[in-house]
Amino acid sequence: MKLSKLLLLASTVFILSCKTEKTEVARIDTQRIAVDNSFQEDSQISEFISPYKEHLNATLDSALAYNPSLLSKNEGELNTAIGNLMADAVLIQANPVFRKRTGKNIDMVLLNHGGIRAVIPAGKVTSRTAYQIMPFENEIVIAELTGKKIKEMLKYLEKAKTAHPVSGIKILADKNYKTIKATINEEEIEDDMTYFVATSDYLVNGGDNMNFFKDPVNLYGADYKIRNAMIDYFKKTDTIKAKIDDRYIKE
Amino acid sequence: MKRREFIHNTAAATAFVGIGGLSAISFRPETKKHITILHTNDVHSHIEPFGPDEGRNANLGGVARRATLVEKIRKENPHTLLLDAGDIFQGTPYFNFYGGELEFKLMSMLKYDAATIGNHDFDNGIDGLYAQLPHAKFPFISSNYDFSNTIMDGHVKDYQTFVRDGVKIGIFGLGIELNGLVNDSLYKETRYLDPIEIATDRSRILKEEENCDLVICLSHLGYEYSSSNKVSDIKLARATENIDLIIGGHTHTFLEKPTIEKNKAGKKVLVNQVGCFGIYLGRIDFYLDSENNIEADGVKIAIN
Repeated sequence: MKLSKLLLLASTVFILSCKTEKTEVARIDTQRIAVDNSFQEDSQISEFISPYKEHLNATLDSALAYNPSLLSKNEGELNTAIGNLMADAVLIQANPVFRKRTGKNIDMVLLNHGGIRAVIPAGKVTSRTAYQIMPFENEIVIAELTGKKIKEMLKYLEKAKTAHPVSGIKILADKNYKTIKATINEEEIEDDMTYFVATSDYLVNGGDNMNFFKDPVNLYGADYKIRNAMIDYFKKTDTIKAKIDDRYIKE
Repeated sequence: MKRREFIHNTAAATAFVGIGGLSAISFRPETKKHITILHTNDVHSHIEPFGPDEGRNANLGGVARRATLVEKIRKENPHTLLLDAGDIFQGTPYFNFYGGELEFKLMSMLKYDAATIGNHDFDNGIDGLYAQLPHAKFPFISSNYDFSNTIMDGHVKDYQTFVRDGVKIGIFGLGIELNGLVNDSLYKETRYLDPIEIATDRSRILKEEENCDLVICLSHLGYEYSSSNKVSDIKLARATENIDLIIGGHTHTFLEKPTIEKNKAGKKVLVNQVGCFGIYLGRIDFYLDSENNIEADGVKIAIN
């Protein structure tokens, strides 16, 4: 009885796995089809998207602040109005979060010039503006760095010769971009002190070869996206007053 | 009922014309079965087409147009599979606003048959991905992410077989190493397993135990890396022996036509990837003989 059941089972498995017809690939055609306007939109799909789109656009395009003149990352040599705006917004928005969690204050901000992905046109500033400037999901993180690492940062900036956005630090460089004087909170940087540097998770993880962020004394997440910090900053700002200033300049 | 019959007959007639047309190029009266594989990758929440001022992507893409295109092809050949190789999420505010709900709902409306998981699909955390699963009416297939200690446990297929026109198609999925690419607080205890080992095993199971006629790997490993030993689709194709087609993603590689690699056993493997953002739809048509009478060298591949 048992044996026959087993045999029956075995033959069933055999039949299932044994093919009646052998199929082999004989020929393959391949094609890459551009999804262009020669294809009409499927109306059922468009109608389905429509309410999502309307809500999205209504939110993205509502005015948050007013910007009197175009801000571009290409205007300014070692600091730009748009970069200063971003770095200041990160400091202003992230510091209360950081202080609440740790009891400490952020000393400075460093972002990357390449991370500014669009201009801010003159006129109304919206959430869409923030999405265009900052399309990535980068989070604000706070690295506690020794003064020694801050000096490595200054060496990095000397080589970069780029308007990487900063806030909280003041740097004066000579004609060859060498640092003459650098201060944080209006005090000279000391090797053994530690400083709380707000930046993006992208840079802390090795982006743009900012190796001075490696092995920080401590690393704190803010659970706050740079984009959201900007949106929140725009919300509480009536008229944007960003300008090129003396935070990072050459003689 | 009658309408259905009519559509069926029309589809059959179209298929017949199609094969007739092709036989002028390669006369194969024994060719009986025709399977169409359609694929996207790295769509990154691009729901709407690009606008007119968006450079080389201007006026391309859009889910509503893709729906029309896919339906047109399904009418030509109902034996079609529609697949996605991951990074469905992230890239437009639609994702930030709705968390991927709309992406999954639309893919379900387009009747995607399966997708694999890309690194950006973890961008709202593994919990964010899990939360959107009820909106996906298609399976997620991933063979080398071990989700057993995560909320995704039991919600992802190791591999899956599909039968279309009596042809058995086996699909497994591969994801990229998440460590260093995605914050570990997002992917949590998802374990990454060696893609080549897993691919060797799953493709053997699909070919030998499941007796699949076609084995497809949905990969989010990336097409090729020139300056590192990182595993890629090209490496995967060469290092395995039971895969017929690798549908790739991650590197946003715009291949005009699939790359043909030789596998470990000397047989041809197709590797394809269609860039990103739903700008292109990949289409691969397999014509199968009912008898094993093709040349020893294998398959003729026409690139249109």
